Amino acid sequence: MKKLSKHSIKGFINYGLVIVLYIIFQILASAKVLTNSLQGLLVPICAYVVMALALNLVVGFSGELSLGHAGFMSVGAFTGVIIASSLKNLVPFGPARLILAIAGGAVLAAIAGVLIGVPVLRLRGDYLAIVTLAFGEIIKNIMNCMYIGVDSRGLHFSITDEASMGLEPGGTTIINGPMGALGITKISSFLAGIILIVITLFIIQNLVNSRAGRAIAGIRDNRIAAEACGIPVTKYKMMAFVTSSALAGAAGALYALNYSTVVPKKFDFNTSILILVFVVLGGIGNLTGSIIAAIILTVLPEVLRQFQDYRMLVYAIVLILVMIITNNEKASAFIKGLFSKKAKKEAA
Amino acid sequence: MVSYLINGISLGAVYAIIALGYTMVYGIAKMLNFAHGDVIMVGGYMAYCSTSYMGFGPLTSVLFSMLVCTILGIVVEKLAYKPLRGASSLAVLITAIGVSYFLQNAALLIWSSNPKAFPNLFDLPQVQVGDSVVTSVALVTIASCIVIMLALTFFTEKTKMGKAMRAVSEDRGAAALMGINVNSTISVTFAIGSGLAAVAGVLLCSAYPTLMPTTGAMPGIKAFTAAVFGGIGSIPGAMLGGILLGVIEIFAKAYVSTQLSDAIVFAVLIVVLIVKPTGLLGRKLTEKV
Repeated sequence: MKKLSKHSIKGFINYGLVIVLYIIFQILASAKVLTNSLQGLLVPICAYVVMALALNLVVGFSGELSLGHAGFMSVGAFTGVIIASSLKNLVPFGPARLILAIAGGAVLAAIAGVLIGVPVLRLRGDYLAIVTLAFGEIIKNIMNCMYIGVDSRGLHFSITDEASMGLEPGGTTIINGPMGALGITKISSFLAGIILIVITLFIIQNLVNSRAGRAIAGIRDNRIAAEACGIPVTKYKMMAFVTSSALAGAAGALYALNYSTVVPKKFDFNTSILILVFVVLGGIGNLTGSIIAAIILTVLPEVLRQFQDYRMLVYAIVLILVMIITNNEKASAFIKGLFSKKAKKEAA
Repeated sequence: MVSYLINGISLGAVYAIIALGYTMVYGIAKMLNFAHGDVIMVGGYMAYCSTSYMGFGPLTSVLFSMLVCTILGIVVEKLAYKPLRGASSLAVLITAIGVSYFLQNAALLIWSSNPKAFPNLFDLPQVQVGDSVVTSVALVTIASCIVIMLALTFFTEKTKMGKAMRAVSEDRGAAALMGINVNSTISVTFAIGSGLAAVAGVLLCSAYPTLMPTTGAMPGIKAFTAAVFGGIGSIPGAMLGGILLGVIEIFAKAYVSTQLSDAIVFAVLIVVLIVKPTGLLGRKLTEKV
């Protein structure tokens, strides 16, 4: 453990980084340097940064591998869309509706996090990974056959088809099965995204540097020792997991309300993996790294547009090379006697 | 009913063959090889090309695609995974994902995203089982799965290389001290796993004859689930898990809902893992302090 003051300095660096980035992007946007496609990426970048920070809480600080975080994003996204669409007349002011939608998305994703966390956190290592993967797929599948609509009598839903919801003639369909949510009013903004990132940083940094955060890190480093010290393992694991899923839900709502349509397929296994890539590439347990990696890797496919068809191929090669370059030094350190110890630790 | 069961077992047999690749690589290299599903896709395309463009017969095309995939497996292992030996398992996982992206996008460039109709390699009549009709592909799949299973069991139990593989999966450090070449053992494991993936690719594409760069992704995830279901690291477990998964999927499709079949498969997996956290045939791990 390093000194506490170092933690707070690191924390301020993160806030500063976000604010500086906001100013830079604003200047670039007003100077019309950004291309349209890059401008359209601003809100998704914010959502991905929040996702990466949230996943880093689970992977980096709690030490559990989750491969289903897109599932929470999906729950948050569709909850956010439902709230935003059904409150359209009640709350005409966009930003207020956005706040309600994000909060609602976070709450529902947190509930999903509790439901999933209770059985899942009993498992360890790769088994936990596969179960979170399974939950992500289940959420995607269920969302794929959900039909939700709203009319003057309130919300209606069905899992068979659009007609069986029994909407009044004036009612609108919000979620239309595999077609997803259509006709969303775009109320997300870059500023809202930046505020969400700052809030996320505030929550995670305070959690990590608190008594609970030290308990979480203790469980990660040695579960048995932590248990022997009287730390309630399940409680603290749940705390990290549910906080992370709530933040993922908030990111989902922000993301969905930036587009006019969102399909459930968007939040599949590949999205979960993409976010994991941000976390690992940025450095596990390193929040600043997560922010930078999420930004660079979201912008990279745009920048690689000059390679046209080859851009995803180049992206893949860059990914592999970066992993090898950043990890091979470690490998050489392991050869100096640490190799067998590390392998045993991973096997245990 | 009977035809559902046989179709389920045959789909499960494909999952089982893929799951064998996952489980062997996991057992020995302790890594989740996410690129495995894409090797299936490469296997499918190789068989497609060798029959459509080069005019190979069914058997030679299967052998050709096995050969290509085996070489691919070894090359990928040497270039991408070997430099990371000893790095954190997450780093290797991300590299595997990078390889998966690479294979998918390379396939996209070479064969484009248009689905290809896979040729009918096994031009055999349909078979009457009881009072229901079953495609011959299903029976060929089940038969090849049994053959592979027996061959693999023989290989790991009796041959020197197989024993080395088991030793490495038990304790890599100790195996190295006993004079086992860990690196070549891992390469052989990748080679076998990729060769099996090619077979699985051909069988899968024969049963569902559309071939796309993303063909391997979903079966890959499901086979991985099957490997965990049966207890990852265990060869009979992969077999059992694969077949159960296939049967559950087909029955869920037939009797409950096509759209929700995947959700049901994964829900069963979760229930099994909660009751038996190391899978059906997984070894119980004692925890060391």
